[in-house]
Amino acid sequence: MKLTGAEILCESLTRLGVREIFGYPGGAILPVYDALGKSKLHHVLVRHEQGATHMADGYARASGGIGVAMATSGPGATNMVTGIATAMLDSSPVVCITGQVSSKVLGTDAFQEIDITGITMPITKHNVVVTKVEDVARTLREAFLIAKSGRPGPVLVDITKDAQQASAEFNWEASVPKLPPKRRRNNHDQAEFDRAVEMLNTAKRPVILAGHGIMVSGAMRAFEQFVHAGNYPVAMTLLGIGCFPANNPLNLGMMGMHGEAWVNNAIQEADLLIAVGMRFDDRVTGDLRTYAKSARKIHIEIDRAEINKNVKVDAALVGDAREVLERLTPHIETREHTSWVRHITELKGDSAVRDIQSLPDSGHLYAAHVINDLWKETRGEAIIVTDVGQHQMWEAQYYHHNRARTLITSGGLGTMGFALPAAIGAKFAKLDSEVWVVVGDGGFQMTMSELATIVQEKINIKIAIINNGFLGMVRQWQEFFYDKRYVATPLVAPDFAALANAFGIRGERITKRAEVVPTIRSARESAETVLLDFRVEQEDSVYPMVAAGASLSDMIRRPNNPLVETATEP
Amino acid sequence: MQTLVAYVENKPGVLNRVSSLARRLAINIDSLTVGPTENEEIARMTIVAHTDERGAHRLEASLEKLVDVLLAENVSTRALLERDLALIKVSADQQNRPHLMELIKVFRARVVDVAPESLIIEVSGTVDKIDGLLEVLRPFGVLEMARSGRISMTRGGDLLQPPVSEPPAPNSSPLAQT
Ligand SMILES: Cc1cc2nc3c(=O)[nH]c(=O)nc-3n(C[C@H](O)[C@H](O)[C@H](O)COP(=O)(O)OP(=O)(O)OC[C@H]3O[C@@H](n4cnc5c(N)ncnc54)[C@H](O)[C@@H]3O)c2cc1C
Ligand SMILES: Cc1ncc(C[n+]2csc(CCOP(=O)(O)OP(=O)(O)O)c2C)c(N)n1
Ligand SMILES: [Mg+2]
Repeated sequence: MKLTGAEILCESLTRLGVREIFGYPGGAILPVYDALGKSKLHHVLVRHEQGATHMADGYARASGGIGVAMATSGPGATNMVTGIATAMLDSSPVVCITGQVSSKVLGTDAFQEIDITGITMPITKHNVVVTKVEDVARTLREAFLIAKSGRPGPVLVDITKDAQQASAEFNWEASVPKLPPKRRRNNHDQAEFDRAVEMLNTAKRPVILAGHGIMVSGAMRAFEQFVHAGNYPVAMTLLGIGCFPANNPLNLGMMGMHGEAWVNNAIQEADLLIAVGMRFDDRVTGDLRTYAKSARKIHIEIDRAEINKNVKVDAALVGDAREVLERLTPHIETREHTSWVRHITELKGDSAVRDIQSLPDSGHLYAAHVINDLWKETRGEAIIVTDVGQHQMWEAQYYHHNRARTLITSGGLGTMGFALPAAIGAKFAKLDSEVWVVVGDGGFQMTMSELATIVQEKINIKIAIINNGFLGMVRQWQEFFYDKRYVATPLVAPDFAALANAFGIRGERITKRAEVVPTIRSARESAETVLLDFRVEQEDSVYPMVAAGASLSDMIRRPNNPLVETATEP
Repeated sequence: MQTLVAYVENKPGVLNRVSSLARRLAINIDSLTVGPTENEEIARMTIVAHTDERGAHRLEASLEKLVDVLLAENVSTRALLERDLALIKVSADQQNRPHLMELIKVFRARVVDVAPESLIIEVSGTVDKIDGLLEVLRPFGVLEMARSGRISMTRGGDLLQPPVSEPPAPNSSPLAQT
């Protein structure tokens, strides 16, 4: 059967299991849009191509599958750059399809020609230009394979207009991926494995550092069995949140720059760190010279390039987290860490047991209240998509996730504007799930045009704006390190509730603590999208905090007479 | 200085990916040579980089993550045969020509072009040998020089061959939906 390149593209995507494409049309991709109209694929029209990439990313993170974004050449393609980089730094499998000028004029600065493969080379796992219709199906299969295998990442496929328009025989079975052969490394080094087992069985003060790789690997069960076999306390990275239930007593919470003090102290006092699918980001380690000095380290990691990159380890088990954990667990003999676990509980002190909810209403509305109430009202079961800033850290501290892929957030690139579009993508992946956006007044203004996408698609998500009138996280740095010189951080915003109304969305403003729970309840009862504008305390800060480059032991603690207490026990 | 050998797809853009990666890792490349192998679809690179063992590991592992790189290996600590080729145009008049020829012999170099005012000398060998010859030629006046950059091969039975393709597994495409 002869099909055009554009038709082959749509047919291939369908066969690869794609249902939704997030995109924006233009001249160089128009043949594909024409074919899309005749296909079974659902196209979600975004309001900015950055939104399309974040949606595809949110879709991928919520589903564990692959998200697809599409744009035209030139400005359409360059608008995708931030979203591609966001997916790259968090190892998210996104396939981006861009139109390109006809192969006959490539390299001539033709109208809307841009070298998007050149631009995205360092921020994609792989990218490729397709100039022949015969290559379309095979290249797409390769792109999907590459995006999802090993350490996942974004792949960009740039298709020239003539390749979209030309016709060729479509033969799916014959279009098998033809990727270059790879050397198979023997990662199963018995000596290294034995050394790891020895460390596991002799440790007195072990701590697991659980990362995003556990989710990527689908290793949640294997991980839980491993944890219980050794009775190991678990600290999570920001992107690891959800890989292990928050309500498990062995779960300590988040580590790092805004991790709770007892978590960081436990890491600093540990004699063994077991890092699983995490990459020792600088937000996690602080100053490397003082990081976990007394601990030996085991690193379970699929990417060899991560081994000894930031932290030198004593045993590296290179491979898929699930496979490695399943091999390790039967060898665990020691699980007597009771006094160590008790010690960590003591480290928590009374900071953990004070419930912010039981504090008398001082008339102030704190972000922590809002997020803690949201957690209680949704029983920790919603998918929360956060933006970047203080609210993101408060979410990590006060919303306790029990299931994998229920916190979606931009960690590595820290992309403001991520939350709203990513939540739209997550909703398409999990139509039956309750999806909440937790976003700052700054980040929301970066991509709020996607409200129109929500309305056009008639989807139901809930939006909680943590409105502090500041670029809060930057303001906090100015407060701590620049003598409260608030340059360019006070922020004017529109009346978000009225703005929502203008889009045809219900919007409400909340200023008092007593209003929080009722409004969350009524928003949840609605079958439509609702926007809640929470006017919170303006100059509140996230505690504890390890200043950038400082030692993990050197935390800026909550001031003596705290207005807000630390997180409640889940 | 660390030496890596890589097999890559012999197609446009691959050199760009490799050099762009080194730039991204902030690793300065001293020399990078690339040429076809006995299999015309595969090219072989020798990369000499200003970095330590840790940097070389990172470069090696990151290179292997590139789809177009079949294999990358840090060979710095192995028994290596290393060769660099140089063409050196040196000014030569009637008086100093005999002295020059003497030096060329000592270094086992060859004269490959003779002109009234100059000679082109071809020399191959280790970097040190070529640097050594260059040092003694300088007083005569080096007019031009071209060097190939280093190529390296592990000695004897220590083979470093490109991997061969396996037949692709049927239905090896992952689905977008899980
Ligand atoms: C404002 C702000 C503040 C932040 N503060 C903190 C903080 O206090 N604490 C914190 O933890 N983070 C914080 N972050 C996030 C931080 O920057 C990093 O994004 C995060 O720590 C990375 O977590 P990760 O290593 O688990 O995930 P990733 O960066 O996604 O790394 C995953 C790792 O798992 C590996 N992997 C992938 N698949 C597999 C597999 N199948 N098997 C085994 N391994 C696999 C990958 O190769 C990679 O090394 C903050 C971010 C922002 C924006
Ligand atoms: C695109 C982008 N620009 C700038 C930054 C730097 N930055 C990090 S947090 C932050 C403030 C975010 O303010 P807001 O969205 O209001 O959230 P808040 O911290 O107040 O909760 C800024 C500007 C960023 N992360 N991303
Ligand atoms: Mg703000």
